[in-house]
Amino acid sequence: MRYDSALDSIGNTPLVGLPRLSPSPDVRLWAKLEDRSPTGSVKDRAAVRMLVDAEKGGQLRPHCTILEPTSGNTGISLAMAAKLRGYRLVCVMPENTSIERRQLLQMWGAEIVSSPAAGGSNEAVRVAKRLAEEHPDWVMLYQYGNPANALAHYEGTGPEILADLPSVTHFVAGLGTTGTLMGVGRFFREHKPAVRVIAAEPRYGELVYGLRNLDEGFVPELYDAELIDSRFSVGPRDAVRRTRELLEAEGIFAGISTGAILHAALAQAARCVKAGEAADIVFVVADGGWKYLSTGAYEGTIDEAEQRLEGQLWA
Amino acid sequence: MAVEVRIPTILRTYTGGAKTVDGSGGTLAEVIDSVESGNPGIKSRLLEGEDLRRFINVYVNDEDVRFLSGLDTTVTDGDVVVVLPAVAGGQSGR
Repeated sequence: MRYDSALDSIGNTPLVGLPRLSPSPDVRLWAKLEDRSPTGSVKDRAAVRMLVDAEKGGQLRPHCTILEPTSGNTGISLAMAAKLRGYRLVCVMPENTSIERRQLLQMWGAEIVSSPAAGGSNEAVRVAKRLAEEHPDWVMLYQYGNPANALAHYEGTGPEILADLPSVTHFVAGLGTTGTLMGVGRFFREHKPAVRVIAAEPRYGELVYGLRNLDEGFVPELYDAELIDSRFSVGPRDAVRRTRELLEAEGIFAGISTGAILHAALAQAARCVKAGEAADIVFVVADGGWKYLSTGAYEGTIDEAEQRLEGQLWA
Repeated sequence: MAVEVRIPTILRTYTGGAKTVDGSGGTLAEVIDSVESGNPGIKSRLLEGEDLRRFINVYVNDEDVRFLSGLDTTVTDGDVVVVLPAVAGGQSGR
């Protein structure tokens, strides 16, 4: 494949079969390898689409400052694109995210504002919204509410899957900004409504849910429950276990959130086997494991890894 | 029938600090009523009218009840009910 530039190479990621993790020849699992993106995560699609749409819409002008709350991947994607296109980037990131993510952001020239660990990404969103008020000339692309986030998947990820695997029956992805699920979900609702759309939501340690009151809860503006069929909460133990199984059985070195997604995908596969239904279950490999090596998730026993992840934003 | 109900930090003022409480009943609504009887006040923090509050998520065996049958979701002995506040995601918002 030949492209004019790295940014042009976003999308058209491989869809690979998982012959060893698939429970039977009739119930098959397929991995959409979004780690094969320029900065190594599914976020390249949304980040670059948001940036390009903001340029087209006139909100982003040369030398603008972009502001974004992010626990990592979106910031990394934006940092790369902002550097190439001549923007300054300020990322608001919870302090309990891995060191590799900070290093990558700084490498591409982003400035980091740390938000308190307690409250997780909610707190990052709050700090970013406050900064946006203080700096009205800054442009917040705001991945949680920007339609371009979902649109990147509606026009890219969804059609790619249907073209590669017309027999697809399930789509499983992580639920954060909800952009991937909303975009792909809407695509399948319109083009193949029988496809079941499944959300895997990471369940963190208690620290991350440390709200001061319940009214501080947060549901992304993009979220539309009509576009998904089931939603599963996956804790760090299952996420780590599945991340390791993916590596051992299929040779795929993925990040921890992918383990959570695989866990939900395998649950769907087990249901299909039990019901005697054939299935082609596609799940998203959101990124590779490189950025999470320092979390300790890839060494020692599952118990040790689970303990190390307590209090960290592992997805 | 005993069902384990996990309580988030922010609601433990109603459970004397307990992280988990036992509930009973055949549906989620009945389990919540049984938890309310031992921990008065908690129900009104979970529900608004006849529905779950917007920023409260409840999972039965890790599945979000909004995609099952909501408060009518069947619960059986040994099930685990997890209550969590809605938060922004990690990586996918992460």
